[in-house]
Amino acid sequence: MTLWSQIEPLLPEVQKPARYIGCEQGAQRPVHHPERVSWLLVYPDTYEIGLPNQGLQILYEILNERADALAERSYAPWVDMSSVLRDRRLPLFSVDTHQPAGSFDLLAFNLSAELVYTNVLECLDLAGIPVRAEDRTPEHPLVCAGGHCTYNPEPLADFCDLFVLGDGEEVVGEITEVVSAWKRSGNTSREGVLRELATVTGVYVPSLYDVAYDGEHLASVTPRFPDVPEVVEKRTVADLAEWPYPKQQLVPVTEVVHDRLNVEVFRGCTRGCRFCQAGMITRPVRERPEEQVRTMVQEGLRRTGYDEVALTSLSTADFSGIEGVVASTVQDAGCGQVSVSLPSLRVDAFTVGIAAQIQRARRTGLTFAPEAGTWRMRQVINKLIREEDLYGAVESAYSQGWRRMKLYFLTGLPTETDEDTLGIGELARNCVALGRSHTKKASVTVSLGGFVPKPFTPFQWFGQNTTAELRRKIHLLRDDVRRDHGVNLKWHDPDATLVEGLLSRGDRRLGRVIERVWREGGTFQEWSEHFALDRWAEAVAAEGLSMDWYVHRHRTEHEVLPWDHISAGLHKDFLWTDWRDALEEVGLPDCRWTPCYDCGACTGYGLEHIVASARPPAGGSQGTGQDLAVGGRMPVELRRRETAGVP
Amino acid sequence: MTAEGNSRLRIRFAKTGRIRFISHRDLARVWERALRRAELPLAYSQGYSPHPKLSFGLALATGYESAAEYLDVEVEGELELDGIARRLGEHLPDGVDVVGVVPVAAGEPSLQEAVTSCTWQVELPGVERHWLEAVVSDLLARPEIPIRRNRKGTEIDADLRPGIRRLRVEGTPSGTQMTAELSTGPSGARPEELIRAVGDGLSPSLVRRTHQWIERDGDRREPIPANAPPAPHAEERAS
Repeated sequence: MTLWSQIEPLLPEVQKPARYIGCEQGAQRPVHHPERVSWLLVYPDTYEIGLPNQGLQILYEILNERADALAERSYAPWVDMSSVLRDRRLPLFSVDTHQPAGSFDLLAFNLSAELVYTNVLECLDLAGIPVRAEDRTPEHPLVCAGGHCTYNPEPLADFCDLFVLGDGEEVVGEITEVVSAWKRSGNTSREGVLRELATVTGVYVPSLYDVAYDGEHLASVTPRFPDVPEVVEKRTVADLAEWPYPKQQLVPVTEVVHDRLNVEVFRGCTRGCRFCQAGMITRPVRERPEEQVRTMVQEGLRRTGYDEVALTSLSTADFSGIEGVVASTVQDAGCGQVSVSLPSLRVDAFTVGIAAQIQRARRTGLTFAPEAGTWRMRQVINKLIREEDLYGAVESAYSQGWRRMKLYFLTGLPTETDEDTLGIGELARNCVALGRSHTKKASVTVSLGGFVPKPFTPFQWFGQNTTAELRRKIHLLRDDVRRDHGVNLKWHDPDATLVEGLLSRGDRRLGRVIERVWREGGTFQEWSEHFALDRWAEAVAAEGLSMDWYVHRHRTEHEVLPWDHISAGLHKDFLWTDWRDALEEVGLPDCRWTPCYDCGACTGYGLEHIVASARPPAGGSQGTGQDLAVGGRMPVELRRRETAGVP
Repeated sequence: MTAEGNSRLRIRFAKTGRIRFISHRDLARVWERALRRAELPLAYSQGYSPHPKLSFGLALATGYESAAEYLDVEVEGELELDGIARRLGEHLPDGVDVVGVVPVAAGEPSLQEAVTSCTWQVELPGVERHWLEAVVSDLLARPEIPIRRNRKGTEIDADLRPGIRRLRVEGTPSGTQMTAELSTGPSGARPEELIRAVGDGLSPSLVRRTHQWIERDGDRREPIPANAPPAPHAEERAS
């Protein structure tokens, strides 16, 4: 039932028609069959942004390998295409074989950013599916969502039939089996299949809960039936070695972001930076064995023809096999002129050794994320990097030939003072000065993001800074570095930060707000040319709600949070204690190398941090305050693998 | 220029089907990756960001098909051409197909310099043949066809007529087809300009480049003819 012959004549009328043709190396053309549960995996932003998403590609492969399932992909059509599709009465379609979205059994959205929520509604509408879950009938696909934003799913509760928390590799198989049985039974009851899905660990079905309010406050979210869990636990894959995906990373025929081979080296993070939701919700750490990383890199480069590989994780220089992998990648003759990029570098692990390895081939950009301008502030956020660590890393980079560097900082952090803001300028200036001793062209770009408190972090109780306050700080810093040649300042729009804050900690009442903004044409809100604060402010007011109450209010210790019925494995009292510690400027070192402080992630899952090697990684303090390059204590115990025959 | 010890290959390829919607820049990247996957000993440029030494002939507009695109590649040493077309074919996406591969002698002009004209087919479903024949006939009879042309960001006045070498109309099952030989170069003509001059509201279903021509001493030939075997004799040179 391919729509290609009807879509093809539209393509000359739209920008970047290559967004809609597929044709990637590694793309699959599954044959649809009633015996196979069909998934449409949707990234609700443009093709250029969505194509490289690893999570989507991993599930794409896993589902297509199953005899009882198949998967195709779709991305949000740009505004011109969506207008043309409506005009010609054509639906959202898959880019693999151009099937109509409505013909799939499940639509699965990846939610990595709150501002894509209106695109989810747009995609549903284009697919011909009622945007509100309550209006759907058994003929309509099941609508599910995964990704980091599911840790507060409530704002989208009206629109998604189910959410999937945590790692998707195993749970998509279980969901497939339930849906398969439902299809075979004649799929007459939508509520029936949702009741069944709610019994799968990691699946949250919002319609099976009653929500009560006490005035403006949330009072409770309680299951309507005894077989529906009070708290939904996330899924955690224990051993990444069992999931060597993607095996065939998609190589696009047109320009996309992150256009290189991406190999995930580990999941989870033990640093415990207090602002970082990703680090908290993906615990515990599970490393891919060094040998497997090497193989995936070599095979991947050979198969794809890419000349750049990125070793991805939340803090790649912490990967215990890092120097070995980088060295073997760069030295391997079969890899030719390959450059290695390490996104998310922690400065206290980046060393001359690593720098020397990377720069042997082509240089990619170098980004460090100190996040805060003073040691005091960094203790509050628990990013225990000393100034010396930053300068050491920057010096390593410049000495090995880099000229430009990017530094990420947050503004609007708890307890922040103007001294902290100006500290950013000081750090940047000093980095440029270090660079100037190596090259006249040394420059540093400071990228400043507005801080949004996120669920399941110790800062989830903090009232976000107002846009006025954020602007004041940005201008303070801008004036401070104005005359420093070599320091470039960029910042994120505080109005966008405000809306992100609204959705990040909102509850179900925001569903109506999201719907209003969508109906007013508010799609692609992640894009500055389309973002409009007015639409959001009007929608919030029209629903009788207050932006200020959701965003700027400090939460109290015992209030019910909209995500209390979801679990990322972290004990709420650990988070509260960590919040109080933060306010006292107490730092907590990396638990990979120092004794456990019982956040709940490992003990809850019976897993310990699985590291690939007993040797601590190259250099830096790793948050322990010791110089691990020359010695130091490394108290973590390696867990013996349960599987027979593996040493 | 070709470095010491290196040699040059000229590849003719087709771009058809869905892949016609990728841009010229996208296509260059696709080729770079395919050549790397095929493990050809590519020569790289020097400097801060080394890249393989590829040079494309005339760019093709996004959305157009072609049976005649060309690309020169510099490789280290001499290369056995036998099997190269097949090897490349394994690594190219559907719709990009190798038509022929020949060696290029040192000192041969680049594709941009050598090609003097191209033949284009423009499919116009729903357009009445006799109407189009009359319009074309009238167009060719004029001493000049004034148009506005955009070159390097500025609008200039130009004459389309000298750029049109040949132009004929044929009927097809779904409508009509225009075949045009247009000159290349600054005074040459582009298919979009011809289509606009023929009829402002015309919207072709497909524009296809069928040939690129090198003209010398009144004789017209293709850099690589379409019916050349994919692995030609060593004596045959692209000239």
